[in-house]
Amino acid sequence: MPAEVLGAKEKDDSRQTVSGLDELERVPVSDTRWGRFGSRLWAGTWPKVLALVLVIGAWQALFVSGWKDPWVLPSPLTVWEDLSSYMATPDYWQAIGITLQRAVTGFALSVAVGSALGIAVARFKPLRAAIGSLITGLQTMPSIIWFPLAILLFQISESTIMFVVVLGAVPSIANGIISGIDYVPPAWKRVGAVLGMRGLTLYRHVILPATLPSFVSGLKQGWAFAWRSLMAGELLVIVAGQGSIGALMQGAREFSDSARVLTWIITVLVIGILVDALFRAADNRIRESWGLNQDR
Amino acid sequence: MSPARTAPPHGTAERAADEAQGSGAVVLTDVVKRYGRGPGAVTALDGVSLSVRPGSFVCLLGASGCGKSTLLSLVAGLDDLTAGSITNVDRPVAMMFQESALFPWLTVTGNIEIALRVRGVGRAERRRKAAELLETVRLTGFAHKRPHELSGGMRQRVALARALAQDASVLLMDEPFGALDAMTRDLLHDELERIWRERELTVLFVTHNVREAVRLGDQVVLLSSRPGRVLNTYDVGLERPRRIDSAPVAELAAEITDALREEVARHAG
Repeated sequence: MPAEVLGAKEKDDSRQTVSGLDELERVPVSDTRWGRFGSRLWAGTWPKVLALVLVIGAWQALFVSGWKDPWVLPSPLTVWEDLSSYMATPDYWQAIGITLQRAVTGFALSVAVGSALGIAVARFKPLRAAIGSLITGLQTMPSIIWFPLAILLFQISESTIMFVVVLGAVPSIANGIISGIDYVPPAWKRVGAVLGMRGLTLYRHVILPATLPSFVSGLKQGWAFAWRSLMAGELLVIVAGQGSIGALMQGAREFSDSARVLTWIITVLVIGILVDALFRAADNRIRESWGLNQDR
Repeated sequence: MSPARTAPPHGTAERAADEAQGSGAVVLTDVVKRYGRGPGAVTALDGVSLSVRPGSFVCLLGASGCGKSTLLSLVAGLDDLTAGSITNVDRPVAMMFQESALFPWLTVTGNIEIALRVRGVGRAERRRKAAELLETVRLTGFAHKRPHELSGGMRQRVALARALAQDASVLLMDEPFGALDAMTRDLLHDELERIWRERELTVLFVTHNVREAVRLGDQVVLLSSRPGRVLNTYDVGLERPRRIDSAPVAELAAEITDALREEVARHAG
């Protein structure tokens, strides 16, 4: 109705002022994304390279000092030769394949169980009172403590390893969800309520998306626990016919092959670093798009 | 859907419902809100009666502790009454807060579309409506930005668009411009006034800024503090469009400010 009270000119004026102010208030974004990416890559790389050089240098110095016999503590070069020739064999990659497959299966199972458990505990007060602190308690348990029981329950089998991996990872993942749900800003929940969201709809559209950053950090921690439990499991529970990393490493130790043991240690370290980088990238993406990284 | 929410002891709802005619009317009758029980209970609102005509712009004004935000929560149905009744012909009502509370995992359009989605609006229709609403709040070029890429004033306009997406005839606003600078606030007053007229909304606007209340309201309702009661209702007979820095606005604002100060001084020592 009386919108026409404002003359056409006046209306245009107000539109112009509004968009002028918008333009002035916008956070300027620098267009040198690639340049920034390059310098960031370099800034993140050189300390790592330096650290690597220092570690190898110290190792070499220790080797030269003759503290241990060369067949007990081989030189970096010997290990490098073993690693590079071993990488050319299918055994190496097959072992990594078996181990990673276990890790991924165990982790996926943990995510399913941990998420369901986390949501249930966050949602139902009595359940939280009953097992909330138990979950945190479980998180502090060294996973190796479960192996005797797991072996009695499942004998020497894949299930034994899975059991321990899942027990190791579930508490972190559940805790990530629980604390995420606890810290959803009340303002968001209020908006959800105003928009008419109740129960499951509110969970689907507000609460679960809001827990995402906390969920991802729970996943990251859960992965770390799963990976450690898996390594412990593979060293303890050697399933016949499964040449996993742990099994081959135990084999190398039985043959007093220090270089091979070190080859595997380095491999496990590298896998750990790569997976961590994946989680970090996911975390960064979320922070970036949520605007939590604006200090840069 | 024209529910009258009545707290058990009172029976004034029928009268209130009779008064509420036409869509967009809100009638509060002897509304009491108490938090807690026993001797520790705090009375936030004590017998507030208020009749908001459809299509009018009513500003609720008061110092801290007058329960003005509580009042809006009650009208929105976010909280339950202790006694009295609230009748609004149109439910649900739309609501906007001081913080935009946009969801950071959604784009600007996404934040508007979510309001439509909850109401069961189909995808294509959601798109179309969201674009139309963005045009209404003059943010057409920003549909695919994330909330953090916008300024405070722009975020409040997205929040306004989201509230408008609820398609309710009653819009509740809880100090929506409280955190903005004066320049932005002035512009948003103009924008809000335009949208209110175009869409024939009933607006209940809470503020502690007297001039803002006079600038925007058809009526300014002054509330007392602890507990909240209606002290006085001022009819703002000034012609629109108004300017916040015009003399008549300042004059009425001064009068109301005096009354407000008196009320605040009452609580000294």
